[in-house]
Amino acid sequence: MTDVAFVTFLVGLLGATLRVATPLLFATIGELYTERSGVLNLGIEGIMFLGAFAGFAIAAKSAEAGLAGYLWLGLGGAIGIGLIMGLLMAFFSVTLGVNQHVAGLGITLLSTGLALFGFRMIFGQSSVLPSIEPFTQFSIFGDLPILGPIFEQYLLTYLAFIVLLPLAWWLLYRTSFGLELRSVGENPEAADAAGVNVFRVRYITLALGGALMAIGGAFLSLAQLGAFSPGIIAGRGWVCIALVIFAKWDPIRAMWGALLFGGVFALQLRLQLLDLVDIPFEFFLALPYLVTIAALALAGRNVAYPGAYLKAYRRE
Amino acid sequence: MNLSNAIEMRRIYKQFGSLVASDHVNFTLRQGEIHALLGENGAGKTTLMRILYGLYHADGGEIWVNGQTAEIKSPKDAIALGIGMVTQHFALAPPLTVTENIILGYTDSFQIHLSEAHRRVAEAAEKFGIPVEPKALVKDLSVGQRQRVEILKALYRNARVLIMDEPTAVLVPQEVEQLFESLERLRQQGLSVIFISHKLNEVMSITNRVTVLRLGQNAGTVETQSTSPPELARMMVGRETFGVTKSAGKPAQGKIVLELGQVAALDNKGLPALKNITFQVRAGEILGLAGVSGNGQTELAQVLDGTRLATAGQVKVLNHDITNAGPEKVMAAGVGRIPEDRHQSVVAELSVAQNMALEHLDEFTRQGVLNKKSLLQHAQKLIAEYQIKAAPGDKIRTLSGGNMQKVILARVLERNPTVIIVAQPTRGLDVGATEYVRGKLLEQRRKGAAILLISEDLDEILELSDTIAVIYEGEIMDILPAAEAETERLGLLMSGVKANKVAAHGL
Amino acid sequence: MGFKIERIPAPLWTRPLIPIAAILLTFLLTATLILLVKANPLEAYYYFLIDPLSSRVSAIEVLVKATPLLLTGAAVTFAFVGGYWNIGVEGQLYAGATAATAIGVQMQNVSPWLAIPLMLAGGFVAGMLWALVPALMKVKLAIDEVVTTLLLNSVALFMVSALLNGPWRNPISQWPQSPDIAATAIFPKLIPRSRLHLGFILALVIIVILWFVLTKTAFGLKMRAVGLSPHAAQFAGINVQRTMLISALVSGGIGGVAGVSEVAGIHYHLIDAISPGYGYTGIIIATLGTLNAWGVALAALFIGLIDTGAQTVSRALGVPTYLGDVIQAALLLVTLGMLLLQRYRITRTRSKP
Repeated sequence: MTDVAFVTFLVGLLGATLRVATPLLFATIGELYTERSGVLNLGIEGIMFLGAFAGFAIAAKSAEAGLAGYLWLGLGGAIGIGLIMGLLMAFFSVTLGVNQHVAGLGITLLSTGLALFGFRMIFGQSSVLPSIEPFTQFSIFGDLPILGPIFEQYLLTYLAFIVLLPLAWWLLYRTSFGLELRSVGENPEAADAAGVNVFRVRYITLALGGALMAIGGAFLSLAQLGAFSPGIIAGRGWVCIALVIFAKWDPIRAMWGALLFGGVFALQLRLQLLDLVDIPFEFFLALPYLVTIAALALAGRNVAYPGAYLKAYRRE
Repeated sequence: MNLSNAIEMRRIYKQFGSLVASDHVNFTLRQGEIHALLGENGAGKTTLMRILYGLYHADGGEIWVNGQTAEIKSPKDAIALGIGMVTQHFALAPPLTVTENIILGYTDSFQIHLSEAHRRVAEAAEKFGIPVEPKALVKDLSVGQRQRVEILKALYRNARVLIMDEPTAVLVPQEVEQLFESLERLRQQGLSVIFISHKLNEVMSITNRVTVLRLGQNAGTVETQSTSPPELARMMVGRETFGVTKSAGKPAQGKIVLELGQVAALDNKGLPALKNITFQVRAGEILGLAGVSGNGQTELAQVLDGTRLATAGQVKVLNHDITNAGPEKVMAAGVGRIPEDRHQSVVAELSVAQNMALEHLDEFTRQGVLNKKSLLQHAQKLIAEYQIKAAPGDKIRTLSGGNMQKVILARVLERNPTVIIVAQPTRGLDVGATEYVRGKLLEQRRKGAAILLISEDLDEILELSDTIAVIYEGEIMDILPAAEAETERLGLLMSGVKANKVAAHGL
Repeated sequence: MGFKIERIPAPLWTRPLIPIAAILLTFLLTATLILLVKANPLEAYYYFLIDPLSSRVSAIEVLVKATPLLLTGAAVTFAFVGGYWNIGVEGQLYAGATAATAIGVQMQNVSPWLAIPLMLAGGFVAGMLWALVPALMKVKLAIDEVVTTLLLNSVALFMVSALLNGPWRNPISQWPQSPDIAATAIFPKLIPRSRLHLGFILALVIIVILWFVLTKTAFGLKMRAVGLSPHAAQFAGINVQRTMLISALVSGGIGGVAGVSEVAGIHYHLIDAISPGYGYTGIIIATLGTLNAWGVALAALFIGLIDTGAQTVSRALGVPTYLGDVIQAALLLVTLGMLLLQRYRITRTRSKP
């Protein structure tokens, strides 16, 4: 490869990395928040899927009706459905206090079923996938020489890295709500005794987390693809579960994790096209999972799960 | 309404299932007094205070704060009324800083300015004379330091009434002294304190008044100055003839059965919990292990139960090494185990019959298949013999504490163990069950068992033991015949004064 | 005035009513979806529940659909009873299917009496191996198994995909589909001209073994003790680590057998869509069957019925087949809630004067 070609390759790779990382960052922050409050939400895969569907369906129907802001309506719809599914998870894990992993999987199965049912109901069984005109990419630096393609991104990507991430950090570590959230996840008895409403904090967190997961899903259908298909999420929710652990429940490390995965994924796509190496591309796809499992095994007993992880709280 | 009353609780009633934990209790706290709430374990002290702090809801009765009726539905309400509580198990989040723990739930703006918050916590620490390091992580603090954080947390919330639930149970003597000094100083500044305890000497030394609870009822309120330990003790137990009946206390002559040599072990956090533990128990002897809670008793019991690894030393039963052999081999060596935490030693969701057989399933099994009939007969026999109020098929969780303890006793004693490791055997039991359990232990001693009795109830130790050992910070301070074990001397040993120094005290 | 949850055990006779009540409530909830597509819910439920049983062909199809579910349900149950939250049966199924394919294609000119047991053993071992790492991490390092078993499901899918896009890709069609297994390795049909195969009998045998182990043997009692209270089990001298490891591995093995059954009984080759989530459905079935062998069998048959009915109702009324998935998921959640009500009751709190 010539130098120029290599720079082009690298710039393209970095741009793609940010794109791939965007939905992961939204959903990982969502999951990170719910886990910091003491709830493992395995509904993430389904909520992302349902978010992708709801966003797309609402956008497509709004576009049909000639509404200019159809994409934003779709995004709003995805957020709404994410909130609802988050609250449903809260009902099971907080109010009823059932097994979080079984309830979470139930939410994933339910969300997936609902999305597929809705898709078939609204769009029928046509052989051509329905599509919409998606969000466009732009660069905040305008036409930049050489590095341009890195910044040629969707608004949602900019929002994820420039707004969501600092906001998530600030909310978690520098606000009363964040303090309550962390204490509820570490020691709900202590939080309760200090006058914090444990149930309320967990409800809010799960709703917020659900909304972020749904945005992550909707990014795929409204921005990256402009379409919805049954394989749209393809285990990205499970990647986020892995990333949260990999990030040791910290938003900044979560960003690095998302970027790392985004990079590996983007590289894998390019290697597949170039047909340069003999390693099956699936190996790269499986890498985040294997790395997380290995990291867990290495950290062993020192994995600092939130103190009340997987535990329901009851006063008596 | 008497305005000098900080708190008035009237006819407070609370029931848990069939247990009446608070039976129309009246309680009054005056402004600026330290008021002890005294009673045995299970007398309803903590229940009453959890109601006052909004952690439990009373089934009946009313609460008046500063002469006004108050409805306290949650700790938030209690805090708003100027009530703070320091519980036995500290309500702190260990990975968070001292400041974060203190301002939790009591922030005045959405955004937290950390430097500002640290400064305010430091100021409060200064003002109330309670030294804490605002930026330290709670998980790095000692128990005494954590308690200070808890107290400061309450004061930071402008508490005018401070409830302290058995604050000294976890402290070493020096820390206890510091605590008492702080409390007295705070009282002079106008704070009212409710001091939950079951230790008479503490109550006598720092309180102004004492309210005694017995079996969920108020047994009377007295001025500390005009009462005496025997009177309080009488009120606590409701017996006229109080006074510890010391056991015969003749040194046992039997052969050495249980032998520990320089045993060491770590606690759950990986810190040394036991150091160089050496003692012997003879056949027909009860060795009582006295000590303030949290000085390694739990870990010692677990090492002997086979559920915790010793990191050094040897445990022998009849010269047979059982160090780190695991529960199965420990039991096979003739050791019977009655653990501190009843609920962790039976499977609550399994039946009485299954739990009775669980330690020796092989005997009820042929080629891997359970013999349900022999399981049932075995249970019926033990239920009759130990007067357990339950059917073989009942799930353990439906049993009362006393009956649960009897199931465990039956499971252990039916095998005529040569050694019995028993920890806190009567904790939380009513008087009848307590008598029964103690009677059974004495009966086993007569039969020649070597018994290690671990108890935080000094009276229980004095009543049952032939020999008394005192443990402090994981070390045996001294071992002495029960006859020589004066309460004062034990007290010094339990607070970490070395045996030779104790002798210097002329005791 | 508020609500609180109190621990009051419901009377024993309510027990069998819970699944029935859960089913009714679920149908009530999902009726809204049926109304959305302008179909009559009662008619839809007729096609769901009655119509599949009214013809011999479709009744047999219910059993075919129930076969993998009986196996994954049993696999999940075996782990859950032992206190091991194996969410990875899906991956273990794929591991078993892969092993069955690898062995099956080599079985030309070998007697079925050798080929089939070999494949079953291979699938069982493969499922166990797939379950091994998370199980060891749980037992030796106390690392939560929920996430590790779950993540390995995706890894299993990628592994199968890599095989199907690599060495096993069909050289002619270029489809990601393995070569067919040998004819002698194919499970015999139980009823001629139907899809019902040996796997169904195997599944029933495994259910019976499950019942026997859980209720009649000392090991079953130990497993239950470990699952209900690991502390108390350890205290009683039960080897908690070993017991949990065995229940995790056997669970994985049964999951592997489910994969063998799908390859040798239905598809005769490996494709990456060999399981539409049977491993996850196994969790529904174990929960619905309240971790009891007969309950699991009934639940698997019921879900098999719903799977079959979803297609009937789709043909008859144009209701998307995914309604079946929604019903199953809703049923899981409703059952979870109702099982809780069995042990707790939500009561109104009011303060007395």
